[in-house]
Amino acid sequence: MSNTTSKKDGLLRKVLTNPSGWASVGVVAIVILYGIIAPLLSKWDPNEPDVYSVLGGPSAEHFFGTDSAGRDVFTRLAISTQFSLETAALAVVIALSIGVIGGLIAGYFGGWFDNVASWLTSVIMALPGLVVLLASMAVIGPTMWGAMAIFGVLLSPAYFRLVYTTVRGVRNELYVDAARVSGLNDVRIIGRHILGVVRAPIIIQTAIIASIAIAIQSGIEFLGLGDKDTPSWGAMLNDAFRQIYETPVLLVWPSTIIALVTVALVIFANTVRDELERTGPRFKKIKGMGKTAAQLADDAAEVETIIHEAPGRSNDALLRVQNLAVGYPNGMGGVKQVVHNVNLTVNRGEVVGLIGESGSGKTQSAFSVLGLLPKGGRVVAGSIVFDGKELVEASAKEYDKIRGGRISYIPQEPMSNLDPSFTIGTQLVEPMMKVLGLGKKEAKEKAIALLTRVGIPNPALTMKKYPHEISGGQAQRVLIAGAVSCDPDLIIADEPTTALDVTVQAEVLDLLRDLQKETHTALLLVTHNFGVVADLCDYINVMQNGRILEAGPVLDIFQNAKHPYTQSLLDSILEGGPARGAYVAPKGN
Amino acid sequence: MLNFTLRRIFNGIVMMVAVSFLAYFLLYIGAGNVARLILGLEATPESIAELNEQLGLNRPFIEQFLTWASGAIRLDFGDSWSMPETVNEVLFPRLGVTLTIVALTTLVAAIVAIILGTVAAIYGGVIDRLVQFLGLIGFAIPGFLVAFFLVTLFAIQMPIFNAVGYVDFSESPSEWVKSVTLPVAALSLSAIASVAQQVRGSVTDAINMDYVRTLRARGLSFNRVVYKHVLRNAGGPALSILGVQFVGMLGGAILVEQIFAIPGLGPYAVGATSFSDIPAVMGLVVVTALVVIVVNLIIDLLSAALNPKVRLS
Repeated sequence: MSNTTSKKDGLLRKVLTNPSGWASVGVVAIVILYGIIAPLLSKWDPNEPDVYSVLGGPSAEHFFGTDSAGRDVFTRLAISTQFSLETAALAVVIALSIGVIGGLIAGYFGGWFDNVASWLTSVIMALPGLVVLLASMAVIGPTMWGAMAIFGVLLSPAYFRLVYTTVRGVRNELYVDAARVSGLNDVRIIGRHILGVVRAPIIIQTAIIASIAIAIQSGIEFLGLGDKDTPSWGAMLNDAFRQIYETPVLLVWPSTIIALVTVALVIFANTVRDELERTGPRFKKIKGMGKTAAQLADDAAEVETIIHEAPGRSNDALLRVQNLAVGYPNGMGGVKQVVHNVNLTVNRGEVVGLIGESGSGKTQSAFSVLGLLPKGGRVVAGSIVFDGKELVEASAKEYDKIRGGRISYIPQEPMSNLDPSFTIGTQLVEPMMKVLGLGKKEAKEKAIALLTRVGIPNPALTMKKYPHEISGGQAQRVLIAGAVSCDPDLIIADEPTTALDVTVQAEVLDLLRDLQKETHTALLLVTHNFGVVADLCDYINVMQNGRILEAGPVLDIFQNAKHPYTQSLLDSILEGGPARGAYVAPKGN
Repeated sequence: MLNFTLRRIFNGIVMMVAVSFLAYFLLYIGAGNVARLILGLEATPESIAELNEQLGLNRPFIEQFLTWASGAIRLDFGDSWSMPETVNEVLFPRLGVTLTIVALTTLVAAIVAIILGTVAAIYGGVIDRLVQFLGLIGFAIPGFLVAFFLVTLFAIQMPIFNAVGYVDFSESPSEWVKSVTLPVAALSLSAIASVAQQVRGSVTDAINMDYVRTLRARGLSFNRVVYKHVLRNAGGPALSILGVQFVGMLGGAILVEQIFAIPGLGPYAVGATSFSDIPAVMGLVVVTALVVIVVNLIIDLLSAALNPKVRLS
């Protein structure tokens, strides 16, 4: 218990040290104090009419002036504050009690209670709150206490849903099971573990609900449907509104106090929410940023790449990456570099591997070639020359012309890389129409031919399907079809088989190899799997901590790895599973 | 899709029956001695008995409900207790005015919120913080306070728009625009705030999706991917918030209409409530519930059209 308490205290302190936190709490506190103290100190009776000082402007006697019956607005507003806040509080308390208790029971025990409560919630949501309130006031009469009690019932679904979903989530957590096994009864578990989780969201919700209750309450009073004799913010608005042409200033006081309180409550809720979210890391971490001091020292060191001789390698560079460095804002105004001094060449028709474990910077290097680094990322140094054109300085428009038609991309995760809202066909056809300038009919025909080529059974039917209707292996084939659809010169494949089942992996690799041989497209294969590299690549680059450690022809690296890291990677595949065996380069390649 | 539509329509009908029955039950139970309510405290027992007989209030509850429901199915809500006309004669013209204003507000709110939310999500920085701040304020300040402000500022200080009254579109389109501008502005603020926040959130989510990168890698421009793919995927959550806001606006319209003296459901609701005119109140409840259910149905169908996965659920 002490643990959760101190956590809550921590949150409260954080909220109160935050400027918008203490300002909003301060505003509400001042309004409450004004409501309590002002009537005690004032010499005016809030209800005593004075025909001699009707509609007087603000003065030293009457700070806020007098209303249409000559009553002191300053004192009357204070008395109204009491009534308005008390009735709004009643709505909050009732909503809180019904919603939290109902949510706990429905969420924890489930069953019929769950169904009935959810159904009642949707019935309540089918009508605007104000309409229900007016309808009920037609029978209960003009009583604000009664109306706010009913409004509390209407607001209870807000708490109910909050508590219900949280309890559903927490109920099956292991620590709740553990508590049950250790012999705690349900009441103790609810009190200790579940209420601890929902407490902060309830505070947020309460501030918002209170703000809504005040608004509705004032609205009803303004309509003249509340208690006729009790001063309230809404009743003062009603009175002021009748005088809008003579003394518009009368509207200012009640309006201001309502706006102040409702805005303060919402800002308070927002501040608590922000502080809650901030308990995690302040800045989203980028792969490879969470490093130890030793690793950081390692990062700073210059690394000499071990380059194996490649006597038979052609010299017809399609892509030449030189001294590439990629960085992200580190959240403190500086730049955190994740790729250092990378050199890499892909010749026409060649298959080049970029291999390393996750966080090694291989994907970042690949994305910088595509010009599609995640938000915040940018190339901080170096050059990327594709077919004689420098890409680092290319404009968005120039890049749009290169992507798809010249350089294309096969992603890792097939499902998340297809837009769930469009059919497979649309997603294949749209880029072809744009890049190749095909008509819709031609593009469709070509898409069907491509799907047939990548081994999709019944391609015409698949064209009409949505991504969730096909398997992961089929989705990856669709993405491969998309990558080759505009006849690119270079395909960048980022872990194209990692997310697939082992049997499907082999088929997809076969497909990639066959397609590559048919079209003589250059392929930059990004992977952590030496098996994949051995299967496909002519030349490989081994990457770690954002640097290339070793590079050379695939056979040479396999037989004669020099860097200890490369050796350890090679050892791990020999231990891990059946190796595919070295790739035997066909003659004349 | 047809199956989905039929199921939603069926759900709507069940909801309609449930709301009507509950409302009728609670109002008649709650009202207690209706005849005394109408005739006042000085009424004699004879006159009360006579009125009960006349209104059919001495018959069993279920019988009363069925009589009412057989009229209500044909949208006939019977005689008003406080007005010389039937409920229908007053209710429907006013419903038309309110629906015009609320529909216009929804349209304005949707357009403004989509633009603000998308711009905030894509450009970030100052614009983003401004949208978030406006969202907070717009959400917090009740619409009728905005209405007071607009009335005082525009209609009284610089009379560009009409402060009071409503001119039908068929009478004079330009006067109609003048008469609805301020109410629509007052009502739309909080809807714009909520929907813009939602659009901002879901566009931010959608833009970081893997398929956005993949589509761009196929050569589609950033703008094209945003317009065609990101907005469509962000549309679902924004639509459901718009639905919630629509319900809120129907309630808010009651207050705003009162301020701008617009002959919509607002003055009708206030009158029916203060005179305990139960048939009029029932008419109001049924008609608003019907509107909300139909709007929710439209929103469900729109979301299903946007997102194929919804059609399965």
